[in-house]
Amino acid sequence: MAGRKRDDTITADTFLEGIWRENPVFVMLLGMCPVLAVTNSVMNAIAMGVATTFVLIGSSTLVSLLRNVIPKQVRIATYIVIIATFVTIVDYIIQAISLDLYNALGAFIQLIVVNCIILGRAEAFASKNRPLKSVVSGLGMGTGFTIALLCLGSVRELLGSGTLLGFSVFGAQFEPWVVMILPPGGFFVLGAWLLLFNWLRERKARLELKEETVHAR
Amino acid sequence: MSSTAPLPAAPASSSRMIQVLGGIAMLSGFLVVLTYQLTLPRIEENRQRAIERAVFQVLPGATTRRDFLVDDNGVRPASEGGSGTKVYAAYDADGRLKGIAAEAGARGYQDIVRILYGYDPACECITGFAVLQSTETPGLGDKITKDAKFLANFPLDARLAADGRQLANAIVTVKHGSKTGPWQIDAISGATITSAAVGKGLNNSAQALLPRLHPHIDQLKVQP
Repeated sequence: MAGRKRDDTITADTFLEGIWRENPVFVMLLGMCPVLAVTNSVMNAIAMGVATTFVLIGSSTLVSLLRNVIPKQVRIATYIVIIATFVTIVDYIIQAISLDLYNALGAFIQLIVVNCIILGRAEAFASKNRPLKSVVSGLGMGTGFTIALLCLGSVRELLGSGTLLGFSVFGAQFEPWVVMILPPGGFFVLGAWLLLFNWLRERKARLELKEETVHAR
Repeated sequence: MSSTAPLPAAPASSSRMIQVLGGIAMLSGFLVVLTYQLTLPRIEENRQRAIERAVFQVLPGATTRRDFLVDDNGVRPASEGGSGTKVYAAYDADGRLKGIAAEAGARGYQDIVRILYGYDPACECITGFAVLQSTETPGLGDKITKDAKFLANFPLDARLAADGRQLANAIVTVKHGSKTGPWQIDAISGATITSAAVGKGLNNSAQALLPRLHPHIDQLKVQP
């Protein structure tokens, strides 16, 4: 292990990377299918985020533990078997917790298996890093994904149903914008958030540039 | 296990790939079966509770239920097993039959809309329904459970014809605002297809079930 060139230390960045700098939704634009489909309410967004995080951590751990055993030629097949296992587990667990939630999430639980964040992290990170580091990174990515879903879910539920987590916010006279809980609303809200995040990033880059020129003087 | 691990550059042998894939598949199978076994009781319980809640919702006042199977030969308790349409007889606190709940389903806008409806033999009418499974458009198709005017279609006339072989009037969904008979369902404008699915599902199920069920209704009235 000592001969490995890779950096094995776990820093705060290992975790925070997934939340901000490499946020799977707002920066990498991965896993758009559940992002657009199930974020019509806060509850669905949380459930989907937690389920994805669970699969991400589970598969990262197993892939990382087995990284020296898996032959290169069959690695993708192996990753898919591992991911599918955890998706099936999460499917049963959600059914055991609440059938209403299970029905609300519909086919998107099973579709976590094709969420490219998970396969992407298995291939790009877990297969090259030690288990603990992979878990921390998976947790960060999962949290980033959940936060992104929450960003969309809260706006869409607020405008589309006038509620937040099922509690009425605007009162009875509020006329819900039904389009917000329909698929087009998902695109609108995602677009608005991307606009905001890109603007923030550009602003930061601009400020840094300015600072550099000041120092150079 | 005769030699040490192969050099990174050397291609893995086929047998090694098979071993690894087989091993991982077995581990996966073990994990899945373990979770299935552990969660099964809870999932069964949840399903039972969901049906129970729906039965008591469509037959207000009911507090207990018994399951029966209906086929061409008559009615028998579900505990005896066998095939047939499952119905749920619901009783109030005094043990009187409040009504019978049965499942119905028809194709809606997105997918099959599965509902559970309550039938009251006293008025020969359908008292109401609850959605068991639906993927209809939120805000449009899911109005069938919330729209007050749509819910005012119930109780819905479901009398049998004189020969007892079919309904006197087939249950149909009509265009919004053109309801004339108590057996017609006034559609929700904006959710016409989902409304039609409710009507079609109710009609298919009632036409098949009620002629078989009605001659044996007294059998359900006795509560053990």
